[in-house]
Order: sequence, then C-alpha cells, then structure tokens
Amino acid sequence: MTQLKDKDPLGKVIVITSGKGGVGKTTSAAAIAAALAKRGHKTVVIDFDVGLRNLDMIMGCERRVVFDFINVIQGEARLKQALIKDKRLDTLSILPTSQTRDKDALTQDGVEKVLNELKEQFDYIICDSPAGIERGAQLAMYFADEAVVVTNPEVSSVRDSDRVLGLLASKTKRAEDEGTEVKAQVLLTRHDQRRVDAGEMMTIDDVLEILAVPLLGVVPESPAVLRASNVGMPIVLDEPSEASRAYEAAVARLLGEEVDMSMSKEKKPGFFSRLFGAPA
Amino acid sequence: MSLFGFSLRPRRAKTAQTAKDRLQILLAHERHDGSDGPDYLPMLQADILAVIGKYMQIKEDDVDIQMERNDEISSLEINIEIPSAKQEKPVASGLRGRRAR
Repeated sequence: MTQLKDKDPLGKVIVITSGKGGVGKTTSAAAIAAALAKRGHKTVVIDFDVGLRNLDMIMGCERRVVFDFINVIQGEARLKQALIKDKRLDTLSILPTSQTRDKDALTQDGVEKVLNELKEQFDYIICDSPAGIERGAQLAMYFADEAVVVTNPEVSSVRDSDRVLGLLASKTKRAEDEGTEVKAQVLLTRHDQRRVDAGEMMTIDDVLEILAVPLLGVVPESPAVLRASNVGMPIVLDEPSEASRAYEAAVARLLGEEVDMSMSKEKKPGFFSRLFGAPA
Repeated sequence: MSLFGFSLRPRRAKTAQTAKDRLQILLAHERHDGSDGPDYLPMLQADILAVIGKYMQIKEDDVDIQMERNDEISSLEINIEIPSAKQEKPVASGLRGRRAR
C-alpha cells in the first residue's frame, strides 16, 4: 500500500484544531496523518498538547517515547532522535510532546525551527492542537498553511469553532506577514443521521451556514472510533468502518480530489448529493 | 464490524481489555517516574557522548536511544554509530548496549 513518492518538496503544515475539547482532534489528526501516509506521502504528526500528551496513545507508540518535541526545542535532543517511526507505515512518523512540562516550554522560535526542519523531510506536517485558545493552541496554528477545524454538531462546539476560525484569520503567520489566509475547512465529527432525521441534531447545512467555511468531510458517530483508540490504531489502519471511510474521503478532498460526500455515508444519498452542490 | 450481533460482544470486550492493559503499563511508569520522570535521558545522552568522546570522535546525531516499556521489564537500547577505520566508507558499525530495569 505504501509507495514512496520521490518528490521531496517543502512540506505543507496542516493544523487540526477546534477550540473545544473532546470533539475528536487527536483521533482526526491520527487518522488524517495515517491516511496521507497510506497514500505514500511522507507524513509526520506532532502533539502540541504539552503536559497532556495523548497522540502517542492513539497512535499506539506510547511505550516507545524517549525524547520529545520539547527536548528538541530546548536543544536536549536532535529531531531525528525524537521522531518515532510508525511500525505499520514507513512513511509515517510521530513527534510526541512532553508529559511532564507545561505550555511555556513551547516557544515560537523553537516551534518554527522544528517545523522548518520537518518541512525538508516530510510532505505533510500534521499539528495536533490542544483544546482551548491558549499558547499551545496558538502555536499549533501559527505556522499552518491549512487548517482542519474539527466540529461536533452541538452548540458549544460550533461556537468554539467560530472563535477558532477568527483566530486562524488573524493570529497566524500567514495572516500577519503575508496578508494571506490559512485555508480553513470544517470536519464534522460525531454526526448522527438518525438524530438529524429526528430533529435532535443540527444538519450539516445548519453548521456550514453558521461557520461559512467549506466542508472537508463528515465523520459519523461510530463504535469503531473507541475500538481503534483502545488498541492504539489510527482508525484508517484499523478494520474498515464508516468512520474510516469518512476519513479516507476527507483526506482525498484535502489533496484536492473531488469525492462525493455521499461516499462517506450510505444513508440518504439525496441529502448528500444536494449538499455536494454547495461550495465545498 | 461484524455482521452478527453475537460476535460484537467478545470483540468489544477484547479491545476494552487491551485499553486497560495499555493504560496500566503506561500509568505505572508515569506515576513511578513522577513529575520529572524521563528527563534524565538528555543528561544520560550527554554523559554517553562525553565518555565515548574521550576515545573517539562521534557526533550527537550518531547516538540513538530507543526505549520499550513493558509491564515486567523495560529496555533501553542505545545505538552508537562509530565511524569505521576507513573514513571514506560512510557506513558505520554499530555498538549495542542494552540495559534493563
């Protein structure tokens, strides 16, 4: 499945962010990184949640962490030593963060230096942002070229996503230096069509209307997500599920492919093909 | 996911047990190590570099430290790439050290 591409360009930095906690940032970062790597793109996924690292558990490499992102920033270890090579995909690496230090250990210069070094080796650098909008979250998004805003169809999540979209438009290097915007897209997770049909959950259109950014994908609420996290497997490497197909489709769209939204959900194709007509 | 409901139950129980096992191993280490746990590793690395440096020239990049934590035993594997006698050959020989605790 993994064929190495021979191009070695400047990697693209993509932040996975949300504002609100528990919406599926780390699950999504792991899934998106693994799906990119599966397609042969050299990919690294970085944990920015200093003091509360969890990407290592979701990726299943928690027992192999020796040095971390903070050690590299503080000059205590080389980047090469801190990168953990995934045992399932040779195109995938993980840069864990420190479990024992706090967010002040992250410096803007340090983050920039590490990202620049990673850009020379990887096609995609996926930054798994911590929840909130404090230092860790701001640094995770600051150097991004693109952003994936993970949102649940739930009022507090949508509100926080709106706030984060505002920050992406103003508090990033692209916005400050170049006056260009970070391309932001929404990834709607924990979607439950049954509850939408019952009128208990906002529709995809409702959420998009409020946030007014393009839709990257819709990941249904799925027992496969917990299963994959139990065993430390990014969901796209675990057994096929609706959720894994949804992430594969989202990554195809991230790469500029046109994938019908109905691919990620079998039910109600009429609804999704209607949605596909919307700017996406 | 399986098509049959009855096969879902044992499967789910199995991954739940995996989750519990993984957490127990990880948390045992994190609690034991305390708040300034594995931070001795950068110092250890610096010391190793200093000792080896007394006898031969190596770069910081030539030291590779790997760790594998398990419930019974953890292993720390330190690989040091030593430049071969013939300098023109870029492929280095490896010295392996293994320490268990």
